[in-house]
Amino acid sequence: MTTSTFGHDAIADGHWDHSAHGRKGFFTDTSICIGCKACEVACKEWNRNPQDGTYELLGSSYDNTGSLGANTWRHVAFIEQDSERIEKARESGRKLVSLGMPSIRPRTDETAAAQPVSTLPSSPEMNIDLLAPGALQPSDPEDFAGLDTAPPDTADFRWLMSSDVCKHCTHAGCLDVCPTGALFRTEFDTVVVQNDVCNGCGTCVAGCPFGVIERRDDGTINTPTDRGRSATEMDVPDKGTANKCTLCYDRLVEGQTPACAQTCPTTSIKFGDHEDMVAQAHERVAELHAKGLTEARLYGANPNDGVGGIGSVFLILDEPEVYGLPPDPRVATKDLPHMYATAGMAALGMVVAAGLAFFGSHRS
Amino acid sequence: MSRSEFDSYRPPELAEGRRKRRRGDRDGRPGKGGGRGWQNRGADGGREMPMVEDVEFSSYYGRSIVKAPPWGHEISLYLFLGGLAGGSTLLGLGAQLTERPGLRSATRLTAITATGVGGAALVADLGRPERFLNMMRTVKVTSPMSLGTWILSGFGVGAGVTAAIEVDRLTGEKLLPLGPLRRPLHAMETLAAVESAVFATPLAAYTAVLLGATAVPTWNAAGRNGLPYVFVSSASMAAGGAAMALAPVRETGPARLLALAGAAGDLVAMQGMRKRMHPVEVEPMDEGEPGEKLHRSEKLLIAGAVGAAAVEVGARFLSRKLRESKSTKTRTILRAVSAVSGVALAAASAYTRFGMLEAGIESTKDPRHVVEPQRARLAERRARGIVDDSITTGR
Repeated sequence: MTTSTFGHDAIADGHWDHSAHGRKGFFTDTSICIGCKACEVACKEWNRNPQDGTYELLGSSYDNTGSLGANTWRHVAFIEQDSERIEKARESGRKLVSLGMPSIRPRTDETAAAQPVSTLPSSPEMNIDLLAPGALQPSDPEDFAGLDTAPPDTADFRWLMSSDVCKHCTHAGCLDVCPTGALFRTEFDTVVVQNDVCNGCGTCVAGCPFGVIERRDDGTINTPTDRGRSATEMDVPDKGTANKCTLCYDRLVEGQTPACAQTCPTTSIKFGDHEDMVAQAHERVAELHAKGLTEARLYGANPNDGVGGIGSVFLILDEPEVYGLPPDPRVATKDLPHMYATAGMAALGMVVAAGLAFFGSHRS
Repeated sequence: MSRSEFDSYRPPELAEGRRKRRRGDRDGRPGKGGGRGWQNRGADGGREMPMVEDVEFSSYYGRSIVKAPPWGHEISLYLFLGGLAGGSTLLGLGAQLTERPGLRSATRLTAITATGVGGAALVADLGRPERFLNMMRTVKVTSPMSLGTWILSGFGVGAGVTAAIEVDRLTGEKLLPLGPLRRPLHAMETLAAVESAVFATPLAAYTAVLLGATAVPTWNAAGRNGLPYVFVSSASMAAGGAAMALAPVRETGPARLLALAGAAGDLVAMQGMRKRMHPVEVEPMDEGEPGEKLHRSEKLLIAGAVGAAAVEVGARFLSRKLRESKSTKTRTILRAVSAVSGVALAAASAYTRFGMLEAGIESTKDPRHVVEPQRARLAERRARGIVDDSITTGR
């Protein structure tokens, strides 16, 4: 499946056949994200993005960044869930797997009950069931190859962390609707803004089904010591133009890895050829399913979806909307032929109405 | 109740208000039962304490998924003025061909004013207004904004020439320093009028596609379900209304008919569009300020249409009397009713545009407007047996 899907028309539609390089992309495996936000920091530093906001605490777990935007090109989401929610995620994942596809091995009760981990400083009624016995205690600390990377599976609480980023869609809404040609597709099949061309019309902001791209309007910050005084003007590059993740275009040109992927300490963010990324994603989700983690699912690995598949594939552990991702995004320009036809009919109707108004009018 | 000595450091629990806001519940929707337990779970220090309440997550802290474009009132104004300019130009061409000089000059001056102000509003709304000309770097059919720029430019040429001719006529062909260019300019009148009329209806219609071809839930749904019909109707109504207000009653027969047709079209198209859209996508058009604007638009539309119909009936029945009678009383009343209802119709059109733009921006704020219609269409496709086109896959 992984290779055959890439012969799909979406690739031809994107005119990528003569691309000098292969398509590059991310695979963000959120099951091993530890929420350290190193990606956010590395991204900000490398791209010299201004700071958002005023160090406000947002009251949303450890996420005080808020969302992707003009100045934030990597955003780590934190979600706290109880047993009820975990069970629901598992159930929805199970349904997803069974959608016209062969079923996977269901989690057996024996496995779940057989592992009261006595070595943990907790009472048995906490009912921690580690699916992978010994995962927390590798016999040999040097031997990380044997270390099971499955997320510790606690029954009554879990923390979801996910580093979100621009999707670099196959059919990119922002790119389609850009009137100046400031947005372009690179030789790495990523979507990048030319900030010296963009005139800040804002159409791309509305065109993105993921709410990624944004116009950099706010160029002032208040550092903690400045609080109470007027906002400090910061040296904000590319003010008034649209900004988003470039997949570190400047680094790719030099044959380097994007800053976020390079800095990620757990390899939750992987970078490479898009085909490899998708293949890895398929492998990883199968691996997690085999361990009974039916809540694991892929986001954006399907070239038949509404945006033709995305360059930044994600492995997520609950419904996409839980992470602030749209459940069924669709590039709006897909509706354009139909809309232009409707507009043409409407325009014709207006001409006819005006003509009739003159014919039907009484001459006095 | 609590057993931890550190509990005293915790900020006091806020009452209902905060819980409600956090959860993003709306009135009338079933809330989640229970859920108090989370506050005490882990209070004995036996396990990790959750810092936020157990929320029935259908969203990420109620934050928006799709971003609203940075479009303010300038764009709403442009939507209105673009339609007004387009409709006026059609009326201007018709007036020229049927020899209605008053209607002709009024509509042409309206068209050029609307184009000028609308264009300026567009430029003012850019993040980098000085780079406005970058719009002309390319022609992109996938970008309604790009096509619209070219339509507006093409329209502006003809509208500018005809308006210059009108101004020259109004000033007795003396004031403008045209010299030997006066003759060729006046010779171009029909050509310019036809040229701008060709771009007129696209100018009135494309803005609907501009809004439709976005990920903004209400706009996209509207665009797919007949927003262009609403917008051209609204444009006809605005242009007819403006002409009714500015030109003499005996010449504005076509303007009244166009305005009435536009008003009827607006009502019908709007109703049809609302019916075909997902209820959650329509919601922002009924609630809050945008809802109020659209509602006010409907009221003004009905009032203006009644007035326009009354003037039309009056003008038809009294035409002979008006011509022969020396008394100006009836004439003045008709003129006044015409002007008032014309303004009402134009205002109705403006409210429609402001309401639709703001409804879209409002629809991006609550992720529900994004998630629910998308979930519904996904489920609908799955029910039809299409299971291979979801962005979320099980393997």
